[in-house]
Parts: sequence; structure tokens; C-alpha cells
Amino acid sequence: MDNKDIKEPLIHITKRKAIPKKQEWTIRLLSILFALIVCAIVMAVTTHLNPIAVYAEIFDGSFGSPRKMWILAKELSILLMVSVALAPAFKMKFWNLGGEGQMLAGILATAACMIYMGKNLPSAVIIPVSLVCAVLAGGLWAFIPAFFKAKWNTNETLFTLMMNYVGMQLVAYYIIIWESPKGSGKVGIINQSSGAGWLPNLFGQPYLLVVLVALAVTVGMFIYMNYSKHGFEISVVGESQNTAKYVGVKVDRVIMRTLLLTGAICGLVGWLMVAGTDHTITTTLGGGRGFLGVLVAWLAHFNPIGMILSGFLIVFMSRGASEISTAFGLNESFGDIMTGIILFFVIGSEFFINYEVHFRKSHRKEAADV
Amino acid sequence: MKDNRTPAVSMRNISKAFGDKIANKKVNLDIYRGEILSLLGENGSGKTTLMNMLSGIYFPDEGEIYIDGKPVMISSPKDAFDHGIGMIHQHFKLVNVFSAAENIVLGMETDPDGNPIPKGKINIEEASKRIREICELYGFDVDPDQKVYDMSVSQKQTVEIVKVLYRGADILILDEPTAVLTPQETEKLFAVLRNMKADGKTVVIITHKLHEVEAISDKVAVLRKGEFIGQLITKDTNAQEMTNMMVGREVKLNIDRPEPKEVKPRIVVKNLTVKSEDGIVKLDDVSFTANTGEVLGIAGISGCGQKELLESIAGLQAIDGGEILFIEDDGKETNLVGIDPVEIDRMGVSLAFVPEDRLGMGLVADMDLADNMMLRSYRAGKGSFTDRKSPRELAEKIVDELEVVTPGIDTPVRRLSGGNIQKVLVGREIALNPTVLMTAYAVRGLDINASYMIYDLVNKQKERGVAVIFVGEDLDVLLELSDRILVLCGGKVSGIVDGKTAEKNEVGLLMTKLGGGEIG
Repeated sequence: MDNKDIKEPLIHITKRKAIPKKQEWTIRLLSILFALIVCAIVMAVTTHLNPIAVYAEIFDGSFGSPRKMWILAKELSILLMVSVALAPAFKMKFWNLGGEGQMLAGILATAACMIYMGKNLPSAVIIPVSLVCAVLAGGLWAFIPAFFKAKWNTNETLFTLMMNYVGMQLVAYYIIIWESPKGSGKVGIINQSSGAGWLPNLFGQPYLLVVLVALAVTVGMFIYMNYSKHGFEISVVGESQNTAKYVGVKVDRVIMRTLLLTGAICGLVGWLMVAGTDHTITTTLGGGRGFLGVLVAWLAHFNPIGMILSGFLIVFMSRGASEISTAFGLNESFGDIMTGIILFFVIGSEFFINYEVHFRKSHRKEAADV
Repeated sequence: MKDNRTPAVSMRNISKAFGDKIANKKVNLDIYRGEILSLLGENGSGKTTLMNMLSGIYFPDEGEIYIDGKPVMISSPKDAFDHGIGMIHQHFKLVNVFSAAENIVLGMETDPDGNPIPKGKINIEEASKRIREICELYGFDVDPDQKVYDMSVSQKQTVEIVKVLYRGADILILDEPTAVLTPQETEKLFAVLRNMKADGKTVVIITHKLHEVEAISDKVAVLRKGEFIGQLITKDTNAQEMTNMMVGREVKLNIDRPEPKEVKPRIVVKNLTVKSEDGIVKLDDVSFTANTGEVLGIAGISGCGQKELLESIAGLQAIDGGEILFIEDDGKETNLVGIDPVEIDRMGVSLAFVPEDRLGMGLVADMDLADNMMLRSYRAGKGSFTDRKSPRELAEKIVDELEVVTPGIDTPVRRLSGGNIQKVLVGREIALNPTVLMTAYAVRGLDINASYMIYDLVNKQKERGVAVIFVGEDLDVLLELSDRILVLCGGKVSGIVDGKTAEKNEVGLLMTKLGGGEIG
């Protein structure tokens, strides 16, 4: 270029047309690497701890012992199932923020079955009945906002969010009724002596069943979303309701059907938690997974298999955070800060996947390459 | 062509590639003040990309741009505005709930005199006054207080143009501005453009409609496959020469009209009445017959019930009165009113329908070609799983047969140019082997080569015995292609004429005149 007096801007940002999968994943991995470096700097400056030692401890939090690994696997499984449950709704652009309430509905139904049936009936009856009740309860909790959305186009975000509080208050109410011991204000371990309604340990492992169910749900959802007629309808509705109507898709029905599925899986998660792992009921048993699941699902672009990775990242960090808080006497918030930094980089990396940045010098060279 | 004046814009050796796809290759283009230049080329020939580099959307890989002889660097739309370049895109970028004036001042950091606007202190009255002045000067018809959601497509386009003028642009680029306009609206736009030209503004209009090039421009520049082919003075050239330059070979410019064979009624519409959700009558007592082996053209000013008519037959429209009879080969009659579109399909009645709004209805913009094929076929077969193979094969076949320009069948259709999108949609609908083919504005946005390919496809369907209902906007085409033409005016049938004998002004009159005309 002969016009030297004209200043070419330092950087040019252009939207990418397409990017090879390999490059896409390289950018994502690099972003995590950068995040770890930034975390290390923050750590060294604010706490004067050796970042390597802290990272080792974080790793230890998840993989330090077989027990820790099982807890990691269980936590990941539960979070993964919630994320997988939310994925089809979000893919359909139905912003379901009610995963928490849908789980609580399942939790409540399971606890009710175990408490009211536990004295008279064997586990072989309680387990299938509570499963059905939990799945129906979760499904109902999601179906109500879906029905209103489909019929009267109500705002699903507010509706599902409000359903969380309804669920939470209902659980609080029943905790008072079921409280044991009396006056404690909580429900202890349900059927502690008889174990009625408890899920069996597979091969002596209390969490194995949860892990296997989570795997089945994830793979099943992957197939459902990518290869089934329903899955195709979900993506069409999500992309364009007009097109969906034009090709004869019943949009109302797809919305209600999909949310029923989402709620049912959330209810299943509630069932696994009460009957399988925790054997108790509290208003906070959901643990915010209904919201965390949104993040996990979105990070993986609603691909169930990708959610294994994004879910792992979240669970791994939270396990590590509690580990370093005890090992180094750090405030638990430090773990949150690290998770925040990592998410910032991971989400920020999407920018570099969608856009291309050219620098002043390299720009010329690239042009020559093309 | 020698010209001693300094061009307002001069593009030198401009190249741009997207990945391996070369959009522009060493293009040289001069644009002079006070002139209207048509940029002519087929779909995907790089017209829009070239102009996007002038308006700061893209940055050229190579080459220089000079404004009034001075080299400039345009790396953002703001830079372009600073040089007085404004572009009106095909897809409008307006905020629906804002008024015209609010949309026009939106995002401006300085007022038109160059004084910075203090934060939070936009003087909308002052802006409205200026907008009225601009409108008066050039003959625009805009109410600054009207909300965008209340506007017709042509009004929205006018707001876009005023927006650019308000910001002080004196070089205007319009990307296929007439693609969304009726002939009357187009005439109005051209009148405004002529006023601008008289005011010394420079106008570039991207188009592939030859009669528009002849009607409006002083010069025409032709692009083909990203390369600059040549520049002509409009009055010294003719449609045939321009077409040949554009396509790169001799093209025949007339439409066949094979004689209808075995004509029998296929669709009989009786006293059809349709009201919109707000209770406005959209179709009023419409009756007609569409025959097998015949092209029934539908003419009318846009919004006269064409959309509602086609959607009624396709089962997508709630109907307030009347019936639509589908007559099978054995004489069996079925009333389609109230039947679900999927059910209509299952009954063996296939209505291939190309809606007016291609990307909003017929196709899913973010899905790839294969998935868009699947929209029509995914229900096929028993079981809950989809057949992914045959849509892919169909996509490959359409790309191949209709010469769709695309990097591959895994490309989202939104990345395709308008004409190629249309080819994909029409190709898919025809692949259904319909007994009735309904198309609305099938060639809107298509270049000449692609348009003739579509007319050809329509004729092939007609020869197969399909009843074709062809909603068109170009009267010349309707008169050449249709066996009969039904004219709609304000939701009523104002006449049905014979395509072979009808005169253009006769149809034109029916388009604007209510009532009258025998129904037959």
C-alpha cells in the first residue's frame, strides 16, 4: 500500500465463516490454560501460596482417594442429568429456569412415598412406585408453565422461576409435618433402620447406580436430540416457529411434550437423590443445580456429550475449592474466585471462536496466504 | 471509457476471499458524483461483498480505495460514514418498537452539524424537523413519529434511506432495494433516487433486474464470479448485451408457454372468505378453479390477499367461509377447509408451497441444506428415528441440478445468497412430486439465469400435469408464463383473464380496480 499517511487500524475483527473443529477445541483448551495462569498469579499475589501446591490440592480434592473419586462421579452424574434434562428445552428456546423446582417436586414425591409406605410395604414396591411418582411430579412441575406458554404465550422464564419458590415452600411445609425427631425442624434420615425404599448398592458401591443412570440418560438424550423425529422437531421449533408451523409441526404439542420430558428427568434426579444418595429431604437439596445446569448445558452448546466435559469442569472446581479451603485455611470464596476466572476465560473463548482478529502486520501476510 | 473528472469513489485492485472462496478478485471500479451506477451481476457474483467493503462491513484483503482522489482506509461503518458513504442493506436494521425518528437518531454521537450530542439529551423534535426537511427535499413519504412495527416494507426501506441521508451521506449504496417492493413502490423509489442525483449525490444500486438498470442508471458495471467484466453507458447498451456480459454466454430471453394438455379441474375454490386475527377481511368471496396441466398466474398489488389465498389452500390459514375442493383423478372431491396441513399431505394431496418469506417460513436459516430438506421428509418412515440419508442425497441432487452455489450441503442456508436460497427452497418443494404447486414470488431476488431456470421448472411441472398456482409481481413474466391470470384487488377477484390474449394495461387496471370482471 503506497498511502503511508493513512493509518491502518491495529486490529480488525471479522466474523468467522466457519472454523475447523480442531481449531475450535484448541482455542477452548488454550483458554483454560490461560485461566490457570491468571489464577496462579492472583493466588501468588493475594495469598502468597505456591500455586502449584494449590493446584495439586485441587486435583487431590477430586482424585485423592477412591472415595473422593466416587463423590466426584456422583456429583458429576447428578449435575449432568439436570443439564441434560434442560438441554432440549433450551434448544427449543424455552428458557426453563425451573430445574430446581422440578427436582424438588421429584424429591418431595419420593420422600412422601418413602415416609407413607415405608412402614407397611417392601422396598420392591416402594422403589417403582416412588420412581413413577417422582417422574410424574417433576413432569407436572415443568408441564404447567409449558401449558401456559403453549396456550397463552406466557413468559416461561418468570413462570418457571416462580414455580421454584412454590416447590420450595411446599417442601418447607412438609418438612414441618414430617419432622423427625419432633422439634428438630428437619427430616432426618428417612427409614434409617429399615432402609425401606432405599435404592440397592450395586456391587457394594452406593453411587454406582446413579452413575450408570446418568450415563444412560446422557447417551439417550444425545440420541433423542440428534436422531429422533422429536429431536428434529425441537430444533425446528427453536430456530423458527413459523417454519415449524409451515411444515406442519404442532408447536404447542412439541413445547408441552419437551417440557414434560425435561421435568420428568429432573424428577428422576430428585428420586435418585432421596432414594439413592441422601435419604433425606431439605429445601436446599437441589443445591442450585437447576441453575448450574443451565450454565453446563450452555457451555456445551446443548450437546449432551459435551456436557460431560463442562459439568466435570464445574464439579471438579467446586470439589477442589472445598479441599483447598481446609488444606490451606482459605476462605471457600477463593474457590469461587477461581471458578469465576476459569468461566470468564472459557466463555470469553467463544468470542475467538466466532470472530477472527487480524493484527495490522499479520493482516497483510494472511491476505497473501489466501 | 475515459473520463477526466475525479471519481467520487475509486476502487483499485480490490480482492476479498472468505476462506477458499474468492468473493472479489482485483476489481477496479470508478463511481462519479451526480451519477447513478447500477452494479449488475448474478447471485453470488460478489456485488454485495464489493459494496460491503466500501461501507466498512468487510475489510479488503488487497487493494486501495480512493475518495475524491485521496486514499482512504475504511475499516468500520463509522469510517464509511465519515467519508459520506452510507449503505442500505437488504435486511433492514431497525428497532421495531421505536419510531422512525428514534431509529434515525439511534446511535448518533454527533448531530448532523457535527456537534457532539450530550449523553441522554437527544432532541427528538429537532431531529423530526430535519427529517421532514430531508423528506421534502427528495420527495420521501415518512412520518417521523410512526412506529416501525406499523410500517410496510417500503416504508421501512424509506426510513433506512433517510437514516443514511440524515447522517450526511452523499454516496448511497442500495443493495437490491427493489427486491421487496411492488412495481408502484419501485417507481416511487426511483423518483426519489432521481431527485438525489439532481442534488449531486452519488448512488450505487445493486440489482440484477435489467429493466431497472435501464430505467434508473446512467452507467452499469457488470461483475461475474467476483471479477469486474466491464462498465457500460446504460443508454448505449441493451438487455441482451448486459445479460450476456453478466452470464458469460448467450442467453435466450423469452419464456416458453407449452400448450396445456389434459386440462381438468384440480382445485375448486368457492366463495372463500378469510379474516385476519384483528377481523380485517383479507379474502372476500373468492372463487376460481385451478386446472391440471395449467399455470394459473395470480396478479395483484402486494398485500391483496395472495398470501392468505395460498395459505388457505395449504391448510395454514383459519377460514371464515367458503370451501376449497380438491378433485382427484378419479373425480373424488375432498374439502380441504379445516384439514390439518400434515393430514392434507397424508391424504395424498401434496401442496408444494413456496411462501413469500423464504427464510422466515420455508427454510430454517441456521440449519444446513440437508436438514432443510429434512423439514419436508423427516416424518417419513415408521419408528421414532429420522432417515438422515435421503435428505442428504436430495440436497446433493438439488445443488447439482439447480447449480446452487454453496460450499457444501453442511452449510447453513443463511450463508447462501438470496437466489441460491430460493433455488434450495423451490428445489425441495418440487422434489415432493406435487399435484398442486403453489409458488409466491418464486423469482424474487433471483438473477436472470436463475429466474429462467425457475420458469423452466414451473413449465416442467405443468407438463407433468401439475396444477400450478404462480403468484408473481412482474406482469411481463406473468403474461408470458401463465395460461390464465387471476387478478386480486383488496381481497376480491377483480378478474380472470387469458394469459395469451391479455394486455398488460388491462391487467394493471384490474389490479387497482375493485369489482367488475366476470369470474370463470
